Amino acid sequence: MHELSIAMSIVEIAQEEAERRGRVKVETVHLRLGLLCGVVKEALLSSYEMACEDTPLEGSRLVVEEIPAEVYCPVCEMVRPLSSIQMFTCSECGTPAPTILRGKELEVVALEIRE
Amino acid sequence: MSVEPRLVEVRKNVLKQNDVIARALRDRFREAGVFAVSLVSSPGSGKTAFLEKTLTLLYPHCRVAALVGDLATENDAARLARSRAPVKQIQTGTVCHLEAAMVQNALDDWDLNELDFLFIENVGNLVCPSSYDLGEDLRFVLLSVTEGEDKPLKYPTIFNSADVAVITKSDLAAAVEFDEEAARRNILAVRPGMEIFKLSAKTGEGMTEYLEYLERRRVHARTALV
Repeated sequence: MHELSIAMSIVEIAQEEAERRGRVKVETVHLRLGLLCGVVKEALLSSYEMACEDTPLEGSRLVVEEIPAEVYCPVCEMVRPLSSIQMFTCSECGTPAPTILRGKELEVVALEIRE
Repeated sequence: MSVEPRLVEVRKNVLKQNDVIARALRDRFREAGVFAVSLVSSPGSGKTAFLEKTLTLLYPHCRVAALVGDLATENDAARLARSRAPVKQIQTGTVCHLEAAMVQNALDDWDLNELDFLFIENVGNLVCPSSYDLGEDLRFVLLSVTEGEDKPLKYPTIFNSADVAVITKSDLAAAVEFDEEAARRNILAVRPGMEIFKLSAKTGEGMTEYLEYLERRRVHARTALV
C-alpha cells in the first residue's frame, strides 16, 4: 500500500503551488492517473483524505481522471488502445505490442483555488 | 475571497522527486562502470536464495555487492554475507518498497568504481515497487514454481515494469505440477518479448545460462557507451 506516500506527495505539490501563489486556499486537486502507473484509484482517494489532515488542504477534494493505456501497434503502424492490462496486444489486430505510449501518467494537472 | 474558485494549471509529475534521484543514480552507475540489477517478487519466491547463489558464483570472478530492502530484520543481509560479497541492509520500516533516495543513502560510503555488479533486492511485494525507478540497468521479476502460473496476470503492472523474468525453484516444478508453458504464455501476455530464465538456486540448474546473460548485458551496456 504505497498510495499514502503518493497522496502525501500530491498534498505537498498542491501546498507548494498554493504558497507560491500567495497562500491561496486549494479546494480541488485534479490528478491524471494512468491505468499502468501502479496506483489504485480507490486506495489513493481514501489515502488523500488522511494525507490532508492537519494541513492547509484539509477538506479539499481530489478529482482523478483515469487515463487508458495506449500502445504502438507495429502491424497497424498506429497508436491503438491496449487490449487489456493482462494482454499487451493491439485491440484491433491482436499483435503483441510492448511499446506503451500512454497510461503511465501520475501527475497533478490543475488546482481549483480561492484567493 | 472570490466567489467562484479559479482553475490554475500545474502539470507536475507526482513521482518527479524519485525520478530525478533515479536518473542521477543511473548516471552515477554508468560513470563508475557498475551494472545495477534490481530484483522484485512476492515474499517467499526465493529472491534471497537466488541472490546468495548469484553472489557466490560471481564473487570469485568479478566485483559484486548487494543492497537488500526489508521491513524490519537484517536476516537477509546476514544470509547474503556468507557469499563474502559486501552486503548492506536497507530497513524500510513500514514502507513497502524501495525508493531511489533509500538506494542513494545506502550507497553513501561505497566506492562504486570498485564494483562490476550492484544488486538491489527490493522488499517482497508485487504491487508497490512497480512505481519506483531505482536507477537500475535491469529489473528482474521472480516467479517461483510454487506460486501458480497466473501470477503475471494477477500482477501485470510489476511484470510489465520489469525487463527479465526468472522462474525460480525449478527443482520443485514436478512436485507441484508446474505448468511451464502456461507460465511463459502469461508472462509474455503482459510483457511481449520478455527474456525468461528458469532455474534453481538450490541445485544450480539454469544458473549458468542466466549468469552468461547477465555478463553479456553488462559488457554490452558498459561498452556501448565508451
